[in-house]
Amino acid sequence: MNEIKNKTNFEINQVINEPYKYGFETKIEKEEFPKGLNEEIITLISKKKNEPEFLQTFRLNAFKKWIKLKSPSWANLSINPINYNDITYYSIPKQKKKLNSLEEVDPEILKTFEKLGISLEEQKKLSNVAIDAVFDSVSIGTTYQEKLGKAGVIFCSISDAIKFYPNLVKKFLGTVISSGDNFFASLNSAVFTDGSFCYIPKNVTCPLELSTYFRINDKDAGQFERTLIIAEKNSAVNYLEGCTAPQFSENQLHAAIVELIAFENAKIKYSTVQNWYSGNEEGIGGIYNFVTKRGLCIGKNSNISWTQVETGSSITWKYPSCVLLGKNSSGEFYSIALTNNYQQADTGTKMIHLGENTTSKIISKGISCGNSKNSYRGLVKIGLNGAYARNFSQCDSFLIGSSSLACTYPYLDTWNSTAIIEHEAKISKISEEQLFYLTQRGIGIENAIGLLINGFCKDVVTMLPMEFATEADKLLSLKLEGTVG
Amino acid sequence: MSKILLKVQNLEASIEKKKILKKLNLEINENEIHVIMGPNGSGKSTLSKILAGHPSYSIENGTVEFCQKNLLEMSPETRSHEGLFLAFQYPIEIAGVTNYDFLRIAYNEKQKYLKEPELDPLQFMELTQILLNKLKIKNEFLNRNLNEGFSGGEKKRNEILQMLLLNPKLIILDEIDSGLDIDAIKIICEEIKKNIRKNSSLVVITHYPRILNYLKPTFVHIMIDGKIVKSGNMELVDYLENKGYQDLNI
Repeated sequence: MNEIKNKTNFEINQVINEPYKYGFETKIEKEEFPKGLNEEIITLISKKKNEPEFLQTFRLNAFKKWIKLKSPSWANLSINPINYNDITYYSIPKQKKKLNSLEEVDPEILKTFEKLGISLEEQKKLSNVAIDAVFDSVSIGTTYQEKLGKAGVIFCSISDAIKFYPNLVKKFLGTVISSGDNFFASLNSAVFTDGSFCYIPKNVTCPLELSTYFRINDKDAGQFERTLIIAEKNSAVNYLEGCTAPQFSENQLHAAIVELIAFENAKIKYSTVQNWYSGNEEGIGGIYNFVTKRGLCIGKNSNISWTQVETGSSITWKYPSCVLLGKNSSGEFYSIALTNNYQQADTGTKMIHLGENTTSKIISKGISCGNSKNSYRGLVKIGLNGAYARNFSQCDSFLIGSSSLACTYPYLDTWNSTAIIEHEAKISKISEEQLFYLTQRGIGIENAIGLLINGFCKDVVTMLPMEFATEADKLLSLKLEGTVG
Repeated sequence: MSKILLKVQNLEASIEKKKILKKLNLEINENEIHVIMGPNGSGKSTLSKILAGHPSYSIENGTVEFCQKNLLEMSPETRSHEGLFLAFQYPIEIAGVTNYDFLRIAYNEKQKYLKEPELDPLQFMELTQILLNKLKIKNEFLNRNLNEGFSGGEKKRNEILQMLLLNPKLIILDEIDSGLDIDAIKIICEEIKKNIRKNSSLVVITHYPRILNYLKPTFVHIMIDGKIVKSGNMELVDYLENKGYQDLNI
């Protein structure tokens, strides 16, 4: 019988260690800058992209701040030192001439996205999602621009936005996350090469779900993308972000910024399914994911909702946050973070209640397997003017196996005595009795684990848009189960 | 002569080096009802868990054949697919998984194993509807999370619902009567008798002879300290009722 028990453990391991499916590399001709970071490289990036002067100044200022900053060491992560001069900051697929339409994109790249399950050919796409595809440092193409244009929605790469809507970019870029916000945000502000831009005008509910798909392909290039979403008064938008990268034994750096701004009555729902390469079973390779995401609810009754499913990356350092400035504004954070092998995740949120009657809700589910480390870190801050602010937090952790680690670090900082803050936390282990019950009913061990995990994550998965919920389910399955019925 | 369903020979098993089963023998043919009684800690529930393949126990000796196959070599799910069903004394609660999803997955896994067609959600709904009506269970039962917040009676009914759905050959009822009132015991026993498949057999583990008014046993076994010490018929139960386990003269 012991044998059977060992077999069970073995099976659990096998199930959890499903290999990474997106680890292939696309061979394309690329144009890149020499490695290293200095003012010259930054000026070169700016020149290369024909940027207006304000942006070059923005970058150089950020760089000046960055050299004075130190990489944050407070997170529950052990990170090998990163040599920032050994990274390529600009790498784009080589194009013979300017592209006028998607048909002119290198077929190899289109194939890459096809392989990832992202078809950029509009007729083949899900009919209600517009996609911006980012390959290494550059946006490859954005679908459905015409349809969006009719509604007045601007959805394009941030490079195009800089070119065609410089005033909007100038007005909003860096207003939520300043170029000196933190080490990685400054780095991004200095060297970001592309990303998505989205502007929803007054009284418009975006007719499509918007989606950006990020792909890191180059071995030595960092990906520093920047997303800026502005929702004007009475507008609403649903935004989805997906990511993958090839399998290399070196670590790649990903330091992104996402800024959201919601005006009066506006609603932004931002969902991420992150599946960067997480390194192999010994912890070699994988993406270092240092991301600053923050939304500003500037108007009355505005709402920003973050949903994330974090399954990839060797290191995740990410705290999608909401600054609740407008009266009655609300922020939400729903998160599933799954770590395996030697992955480390330190993720959570900040809810900064500055306005009256603001509310926030945090639901975080951490799942740790193998030798991984999974920490929730969250701050709920109520400012002096945050009268009657309310927060509810629930942080649940689920441990699989006996070598994984789950930590919860909730921080509360209240300056107004009328605020109400609730916090619940729970750590559970996969129980042998649950597995026995399910297997006795004929459900094999891998499906049983999958079922337990799905049950554990249900509150969050139901918050994802349909297309993503399926993808998230698939991803969790891929990481944990063979197939789930 | 009817066919042998289960044959346990000289079974010895332990948990954490503590011996629980000591040379246990048991033979069950098709179409029989076996009752196992015995004092607390005699190993009755352990026997049911070992037959179902609980991973915590180690088998040290002996053989178990189920339908002429070596049961001990099978994984718990294979045992289930082959037709062994254990109704739990304490059914486990699982958060976030609806009863309906659980039942459908369990059912389809068995269909897959038997190379029979799997049912889509609508077809499966029709099938469960029939069973729900039989057991007089309300539909909303299906939308609740598996056993979560169920009353004692509801949990036991859910076990019976699963049993009917999986249509097993050998059913082990581990104290199905604990936590149930008299009416509920009667209804559940009648449903079991009425609905189990032809030629299937029951193993009833219990402390209370009351349930035997509804499930008439073919054999009654007394289990003490990891082995079956006496077997007989209903008369043995009457004897126990009067004298208890201590006067068994073994």
